[in-house]
Amino acid sequence: MAEALMKYDEAIANFDPVLGLEVHVELGTNTKMFCGCSTVFGAEPNTQVCPVCLGLPGALPALNRIGVESAIRIGLALNCEIATWCRFARKNYFYPDMPKNFQTSQYDEPIAFEGYLDVDIDTDEGPKTFRVPIERAHMEEDTGKNLHMGGATGRIHGADYSLVDYNRAGIPLIEIVTKPVEGTGKYAPEVAKAYVSALREILRGLGVSDVKMEQGSLRCDVNLSLRETPESKLGTRSETKNVNSLRSVERAVRYEVMRHAARLTAGERIVQETRHWHEDTGISTSGRSKEDAEDYRYFPEPDLMPIAPSREWVEELRANLPENPAVRRTRLTAAWNISDLEMQNLMNAGVLELVEAAVSAGMNPDAARKWYTGELARVANERGVEVEELGVTHVELSRIEALISEGALNDKLARQVLDGLIAGEGDVDSIVAGRGLAVVSDDGPLIEAIDAALAADPAVVETIKSGKLAAAGSVVGAVMKATRGQADAARVRELLFERLGVSE
Amino acid sequence: MSDLIRMNASDLVEAMNAGQVSSVEITQAHLDRIAAVDGDVHAFLHVNSKGALDAAAAVDAQRADGQSLSALAGVPLGLKDILASKGLPTTCGSKMLEGWIPPYDATVVTKLRDAGIPILGKTNMDEFAMGSSTEHSAYGPTHNPWDLERIPGGSGGGSSACLAAFEAPLAIGSDTGGSIRQPAAVTGTVGVKPTYGGVSRYGVVALASSLDQVGPCARNVLDTALLHSVIAGHDPRDSTSINKPVPDVVGAARRGDVKGMKIGVVRELSGEGFQAGVQTRFDETVTLLEGLGAEVIEVSCPNFPHALAAYYLILPSECSSNLAKFDGIRFGLRVGDDGSKSVEQVMSETRAAGFGPEVIRRIMLGTYALSAGYYDAYYGQAQKIRTLIAQDFDKAFAQVDVLISPTAPTTAFKIGEKMADPVSMYLNDVATIPVNLAGLPGMSLPIGLATEDNLPVGLQIMAPAMADDRLYNVGAAIERELLSKWGGPIWAQAPELAGA
Repeated sequence: MAEALMKYDEAIANFDPVLGLEVHVELGTNTKMFCGCSTVFGAEPNTQVCPVCLGLPGALPALNRIGVESAIRIGLALNCEIATWCRFARKNYFYPDMPKNFQTSQYDEPIAFEGYLDVDIDTDEGPKTFRVPIERAHMEEDTGKNLHMGGATGRIHGADYSLVDYNRAGIPLIEIVTKPVEGTGKYAPEVAKAYVSALREILRGLGVSDVKMEQGSLRCDVNLSLRETPESKLGTRSETKNVNSLRSVERAVRYEVMRHAARLTAGERIVQETRHWHEDTGISTSGRSKEDAEDYRYFPEPDLMPIAPSREWVEELRANLPENPAVRRTRLTAAWNISDLEMQNLMNAGVLELVEAAVSAGMNPDAARKWYTGELARVANERGVEVEELGVTHVELSRIEALISEGALNDKLARQVLDGLIAGEGDVDSIVAGRGLAVVSDDGPLIEAIDAALAADPAVVETIKSGKLAAAGSVVGAVMKATRGQADAARVRELLFERLGVSE
Repeated sequence: MSDLIRMNASDLVEAMNAGQVSSVEITQAHLDRIAAVDGDVHAFLHVNSKGALDAAAAVDAQRADGQSLSALAGVPLGLKDILASKGLPTTCGSKMLEGWIPPYDATVVTKLRDAGIPILGKTNMDEFAMGSSTEHSAYGPTHNPWDLERIPGGSGGGSSACLAAFEAPLAIGSDTGGSIRQPAAVTGTVGVKPTYGGVSRYGVVALASSLDQVGPCARNVLDTALLHSVIAGHDPRDSTSINKPVPDVVGAARRGDVKGMKIGVVRELSGEGFQAGVQTRFDETVTLLEGLGAEVIEVSCPNFPHALAAYYLILPSECSSNLAKFDGIRFGLRVGDDGSKSVEQVMSETRAAGFGPEVIRRIMLGTYALSAGYYDAYYGQAQKIRTLIAQDFDKAFAQVDVLISPTAPTTAFKIGEKMADPVSMYLNDVATIPVNLAGLPGMSLPIGLATEDNLPVGLQIMAPAMADDRLYNVGAAIERELLSKWGGPIWAQAPELAGA
């Protein structure tokens, strides 16, 4: 059921939006939060389970120390305080995908709290940094997954029966919750997107999660409320779940602004509720009302000991944090002498790390960028994989570059070498040899080919001689074709002009 | 050896070592006894004849082979049905788990198996360990071998009764508020609730996680200590397990010397509500201890009168959450799944059908106590009381080495007598609960029969955390004196069971 919407500009002219973002991150630990089961994605259902994560009678949790360490590092990277003492708590509610019918989580004693994340957005007045205040980051366990069978939609309504896969149950999660984000004005959608994007970058940099939104290892809930003016008290918020792409984050905020504004303007009240985002239609629909909020009966988890990270440990983790991604970007932009837009291209292609590794191994920054954002990104995109999954290392790219500068390869041949690398045909030199890709460097065959081309098109000789040098392109093209691309086009051009007695 | 079933575990081990008897013979004798009397006693929910005999044969082979064996290898045991045991039914006395065969062993069960202790079967208990009489078992009550019309205590009445009926020389219990000690008291047996964290809870179906502790039961102090040392020790699978050496309980049980010790009598655990015959035997024990050279003084633990109320908030709160997993989805009973009902309805019908009235009562209590708006007033206040009780103990142990009290206010009551009055049932545990709230170790051992009903009376000994050895030292000293006074063990005064 489509709801009334007000145009975005009109909504913003009349109301002040306040954002809130809750992000769940699945940690990339080898084992689950409270047992030794594997966390690998995509295994056969219910093959990565044990008495603990199945909640069998008598089983008890044992804390994953790497999970705690990751939580602390995330907290530190988000400028949070780290608790000197905190506990897990039980969040009690019945749901079939939750083996114990309570989730082991943290309640009023999160491991990290009071932080912030600075994000960059483009505004009408140029680039601007916006500080998103972070309330807390806490540890919890993931639930299993319900699969509704027999219906057309895969949803519970209309299904014949349901199955539960507990492989995901017990995988460590970190929930990162912002404070109400005020003062964004019309840039609320951009701030939301920039925040999730920056958070993802930080998490990836920490190496704590693969942060794949499409696989659910990073999941986002968007809270939004409107108020009449920045001075008014906070309005009633809606909580939109299932916002699982960066684009959707932006769209969901925009949609909720327009929906709230229409309701408020019509004199209706906003219902405090959970809403579901629909990626395909770009709308949210009403889910569970929170007016009669579920009572989770939180209490401290008696099966786990309190966590008291020593200050020495925390400081050691802080000292070993990777460089902040934004700081690093600024540094590399300057070092490589590139524009912000070019840096953005590297980011978008997801190849910054690869380029940095190549450059620190001695490769020319421009060459590295050219390969990773060009040919490699194109092939990766075609195949729907990440660039690094193509398995082409900077050692091989450096070798290709060296052959190009020696004149032994041209760009076209180099691309063929790359195809060979991706196909796993061996190293660069064996591919060049195996495919017979060396540039024809002997002038003899080139002159023969030029003469043949000129003979085939006698008119072009006069055209070029009359000063229309651009006409040379067709001759060079014919020569390249005749040599199956293995000629050096620049040399062909040189020889052609020499032959016709024309100077450039 | 005709009287195998009446021998102490330590004597059985000596006889096996001397080649006079095999574990198979001992185990078979107990299985025969179970076949003869358990129809009347109903201590067992499941008898593991083949498994026990196989384990016994394996130990016999190892002994014949000259392998080094544990101190109790070959002595069979009754296992409370609250411990998960691979391949053996584990019901917790509930219809909810009827037919459930765990795919794994509790850590304690692993230790028992590794020690070559044949498991005779699973013993009866109040459903999910909620009760003081075993009457709340969904499979019918256990009867006290001293008087079959009376309760054997609870929740571990099956474990205490199997000892008193000579169906087993050893048993494992679990104690959340007295479920090892009170059954020991009313059956004339010995039971110890170790320091919280002293024995792994992994695989022990949780009642109240912060209170539950598994412990050893036997007919004398030394056997109890031997079993204690088999099951105790750190377990990384239980985060609340203590990573320290197990106190030398066996050495203490062999020593039994209280000369120069300071022993405190808890003023608040006597007087009103305590049966005259119980009080008399207790007072005699105080005199006995003084005669052995101990200094006995009275100490006050002013917050103990609040212990019961705090306990009946903390326990239901934790159990309401612990028992949430029994929903018919993954294991055990499922009711109402006819294809027409929602998962919520099936869960709800399963829980309504699978849980007995006492379990439902406590889940309701706990759910209420944890609810928004009530948490601080109930659960929060109860935790404060818990701290105060721990402080009472700290102050007392600054003055004395151990504390003593009667274990239970009365001797065994009649089956059915208290079923209509939950609060009077709860009052049975008034003396045992403080130890659980503070995480301390406690023992009950028999100190005679009450004159008015000729039924066993238990003495409770309480010690500081990880000083479990003091229980055994004091218990052994008292036991030695009483055996000599009585001219034999207390059970020699028990009536013969008809089946025998």
